[in-house]
Amino acid sequence: MKNSLISIFKTLYLSLRDLYPIILVIAFFQVVVLQQPIPHLLQILSGTLLVVIGLSLFVQGLQMGLFPIGESMAYAFARKGSLFWLLAFSFALGFGTTIAEPALIAVADEAADVAAAAGTVANSLQAKASYADGLRLTVAFSVGFALIIGVLRILRGWPIQYLIVGGYIGVVIMTIFAPDDIIGIAYDSGGVTTSTMTVPLVTALGVGLASSIKGRNPMVDGFGLIAFASLTPMIFVMLYGMMR
Amino acid sequence: MNDFFLQLLSITIDTVFDVLPIVIIIFAFQFLVIRQPVPHMKQVLLGFLYVLLGLSFFLVGLKQALFPIGGLMAKQLTDPIFIYGSLENVPQFFHWSDYKWVYIFAASIGFSTTIAEPSLLAVALKAHEVSAGTISVWGLRVAVALGVAFGIALGTYRIVSGTPLYYYIIGGYVIVIIQTFFAPKMIIALAYDSGGVTTSTVTVPLVTALGLGLANTVPGRSALLDGFGLIAFASLFPIISVMAYAQLSQSRWLQNIKKE
Repeated sequence: MKNSLISIFKTLYLSLRDLYPIILVIAFFQVVVLQQPIPHLLQILSGTLLVVIGLSLFVQGLQMGLFPIGESMAYAFARKGSLFWLLAFSFALGFGTTIAEPALIAVADEAADVAAAAGTVANSLQAKASYADGLRLTVAFSVGFALIIGVLRILRGWPIQYLIVGGYIGVVIMTIFAPDDIIGIAYDSGGVTTSTMTVPLVTALGVGLASSIKGRNPMVDGFGLIAFASLTPMIFVMLYGMMR
Repeated sequence: MNDFFLQLLSITIDTVFDVLPIVIIIFAFQFLVIRQPVPHMKQVLLGFLYVLLGLSFFLVGLKQALFPIGGLMAKQLTDPIFIYGSLENVPQFFHWSDYKWVYIFAASIGFSTTIAEPSLLAVALKAHEVSAGTISVWGLRVAVALGVAFGIALGTYRIVSGTPLYYYIIGGYVIVIIQTFFAPKMIIALAYDSGGVTTSTVTVPLVTALGLGLANTVPGRSALLDGFGLIAFASLFPIISVMAYAQLSQSRWLQNIKKE
């Protein structure tokens, strides 16, 4: 406990170092460009302090909780040798963390407004809600699917570039056929799927798998799960837009 | 002060609901499928508690300090009165360079928020550990942040100029594909990953505010159709900048491989 307190203070300092660029940018634009005083200075200072404390606790918790459990589960699955359960876990992790993602809920609601304005769906609350729900399910499913493909790639040692470049070609082809109003949303949905909780866990899982399987290099094979999780939603969302 | 505790409580509850599906999935598989005790169970649980509290504090702080002023600044910088001095001066045809402060703001806010992005920090820590120190935590974060800065600045230019989004994205893909041939093998997967981790807690709300503010005020743009797409820019360009960073420091890689 005492040791963890000491390292919290160490990470506090590092977090403060991470934040000062934001403070500089805001101060510069407010004072030099917009030439206005900084409003609610006290509130901003106390908020910044909270951000620093929060970031420090988060990093500490990563090293103690999320990283170790992700890796120990990867080792356990590798020892158990059951492909089915490993893939089931990967899908559940992708689907379960994405469906509840607040950023995705926000984007899906906005997308429903866009679709209603473009006349693709009826401009009623019910039609918009069902469109947004469908979109969320689509994205969550595609992230689950992405993790299955990504984990299979680590197990088999497929080179990532062929899969990703193939995915890009898929995105380009879909862009030609997808309705214009879905393209921006589809491109954005790739970025919003991976939340702050999911990223460390998925990274630890991938690196853990790659280091527990003989012949895999954790640097070459362990990363890449997040790349799949940001790519497949683009394709699936455009598909969703075409089928509506 | 009371408001503050209410906000902290409500955000903590939100975070609990965010974290809950992950915790359920992990422990369900741990106890039903793996059926082995978790090593250092106490420490892991404490770690989850830290993550939960940390994220809540982080979000409360952002909502209190960064989001209001960031959103306000995005609005002020895109305001025609700021750009042209007064409403009478607004020309019928505008030039893209009228919005120069917007591009500079976009680049600097993109850079600085990415540096503070917790999920990027997590990936950088892991990459540092796995690469036995060859990839520095700070170097990777700066490389990604430069990519985001360039991406968002270009994205705001796209909104101002009104050119179609897919030209840029497909053009970016072509660059990524060409770079993939030349970049060191070790970095490729990590570079692809760094596109997805840049856009979460800190960057998305600020960047969205900027995009919507621009699309609302630039003549001839619609918030619904042109406001989207900035996040796509922020996830594409870090891939390019991380591969470039790796190509630049390839000599260090080669030295390291020789040593082994």
